[in-house]
Amino acid sequence: MSTLVLLLVTGLGLGALYFLVASGLSLIYGLMGVLNFAHGSFLTVGAFIGWEVSRRLSDGSWWALVAAMLVGALVGALAAAATEFFLIRRLYNRHIEQVLVTVGLALATVALFEGIWGTDPTYVTSPAWLAQTTEILGARIPNNRFLLIALAVLVLVTIVGFLRFTRYGLIIRAGVENRTMVTALGIDVRRAFTVVFAIGGAAAGLGGVLASIYYGYVSAHIGSSLLIFAFIVTVIGGLGSLGGAAIASVLVAVLQQFANFYLGGTGDLAVVLALAAVLLVRPRGLLGAKGSTA
Amino acid sequence: MTEHGMRGQGLSGQRRLIIKIAAGGALVALLALLPLLNISIPGVFPGPTYTPGTLQLLAYAMLIAALALSYHLLFGLAGMLSFGHALFFAAGAYGLGIVLRRFSPDWLSPGATFLVAVVITVVLGFVLAAVVGSLSLRVTGISFAMVTLAFAQAGSVVVRRNPEGLTGGEEGLSLDVTNVPSFFVGVLNTRNLYWLALGVLVVVYLVVLWVERSRAGHVVAATRENDLRVRVIGIRPYGVRLLVFSIAGALAALAGAAFLLLQSGVSPRVATPDFTLTLLVIVVLGGVGLRWGAVLGAVVYTLLDQRLTALAGSDLIAGLPDVLRIPLSQPLFLLGTLFILVVLFLPGGLAGLAKLGEHRTPRGPRRARTIAAEGTTR
Repeated sequence: MSTLVLLLVTGLGLGALYFLVASGLSLIYGLMGVLNFAHGSFLTVGAFIGWEVSRRLSDGSWWALVAAMLVGALVGALAAAATEFFLIRRLYNRHIEQVLVTVGLALATVALFEGIWGTDPTYVTSPAWLAQTTEILGARIPNNRFLLIALAVLVLVTIVGFLRFTRYGLIIRAGVENRTMVTALGIDVRRAFTVVFAIGGAAAGLGGVLASIYYGYVSAHIGSSLLIFAFIVTVIGGLGSLGGAAIASVLVAVLQQFANFYLGGTGDLAVVLALAAVLLVRPRGLLGAKGSTA
Repeated sequence: MTEHGMRGQGLSGQRRLIIKIAAGGALVALLALLPLLNISIPGVFPGPTYTPGTLQLLAYAMLIAALALSYHLLFGLAGMLSFGHALFFAAGAYGLGIVLRRFSPDWLSPGATFLVAVVITVVLGFVLAAVVGSLSLRVTGISFAMVTLAFAQAGSVVVRRNPEGLTGGEEGLSLDVTNVPSFFVGVLNTRNLYWLALGVLVVVYLVVLWVERSRAGHVVAATRENDLRVRVIGIRPYGVRLLVFSIAGALAALAGAAFLLLQSGVSPRVATPDFTLTLLVIVVLGGVGLRWGAVLGAVVYTLLDQRLTALAGSDLIAGLPDVLRIPLSQPLFLLGTLFILVVLFLPGGLAGLAKLGEHRTPRGPRRARTIAAEGTTR
């Protein structure tokens, strides 16, 4: 029982990380049809700069952590908005080229991060409470899992609220539904593109700081390794669906944890098998719109 | 094309074909003679052309070119943006390595065992690609890209996990030379491995050419241009796509098998999705939709990578201030930036650059590129 609870909560924590990456990917794809390979780099740069700031403030206090998270989100948002503005926008409606540009950016930035921060992981110090455990139903659960889950839920609620109750949210939702129509009504969708990129980047940057707490270190490859699972999550959840991404994040991460524990560390393979199964039964994903398989 | 059109082009077309074949033959002959010549190009090759170091680099470039050609079948011809092609290259390299270790029957001479092992490996690549393709091709476009990426990642995980000691984990797999013909073993025989690589490149080129000219090739190019129209005519794109995907997988496995012999081992690096991204960079750098674009891209990329790595370790770079030193000491940073610039400003790639200087006509890479882009985004 205690093992079960531990695996479940750890899975939820990991799912929270996946969601923070996948939410941005899914929104960006839904609105613009861009598969963003550079999303992992937004996460990594958010994590690195967030921790640089927190280290200069004070090591291991709560407010340094909050500063790291805010800075990480801000840096992620800026990096993403800049990417959209300088690279993606020039290739408007040429999806393959857009993908290629983000691939190039991902390769170049990971190499640059390695150059600046080295190839070895940088270990981070977070508040002592996060490293301790809490006992729930006999399971000793690391406290950082709760932080991850709480913040991911907060991000989900914030994004959903933003999409539901603001004017920009309305434009974005309408744009996902039918971009041509929105443009025809005289609304500049391109500004919404930058906003969506910035939101996705902010979630990824925050995810970067949280990922470094989860793993205990930052490395130049932390983003690209999470990105692959985020891709799987977005396909399983249905491309462009935020709710689908949330559900699939949890499912994928929990499955991964259980397979890792009970099936001899085969978590990564189990996830790919799940992807194959979903494709066979339901190619458009759990909550994907009909005909959005392209 | 109408019969009239064919006849109108007939003579000059035929002459052009003969010139092409002659030029291709001459190029291959020149490349084949290279190990016997003493040519030094400082800054491009590490030494004269007959030295093992240079031959090794050139052979490596040619195998990457063969791999890029097989990727061209997917991306350039069929318009399928796959992020999992490295999986089949790795399957070839690891497959041959494992088969050579485990398959050594008494009733076969070592030479025959080697040949059988190579055949098994290529068939393995074909079958693996057929299985992966049959699943991934259920979705198209961007989803297809992601799904192939997921499979490649799974392959990479398997290789690193070292199941039953088969793949050697992080350390990689070394070549078991028991059944390998002696003329392919050792630094002194780099010449022979160079010729082998050249042979593989020529074979892959001819197979790619054959597939492109075949009926399946025409159909798959048509699905790239307009999937719906092909369906309306009554052809299901799934079957031909799967066939092309599987052939590309088998060719990649062949290149991988030669790679194992050349490097006398294989490391898990070739199984990573990053390796596929490198391939994509190569094909786009050379020019999407052109066979020799893929070859050119591979050679340029490999030489650049090698030279930039050498540059990164040089004293010149070490003496620079951090702002310049850090970016310049990362070959991938420079190559990635170059790639972005090519995508933004040189859509036809290097091959497109050559065509641009020649004459501006609707033929050629520009058209191929836009078609590829349109076909896959539908």
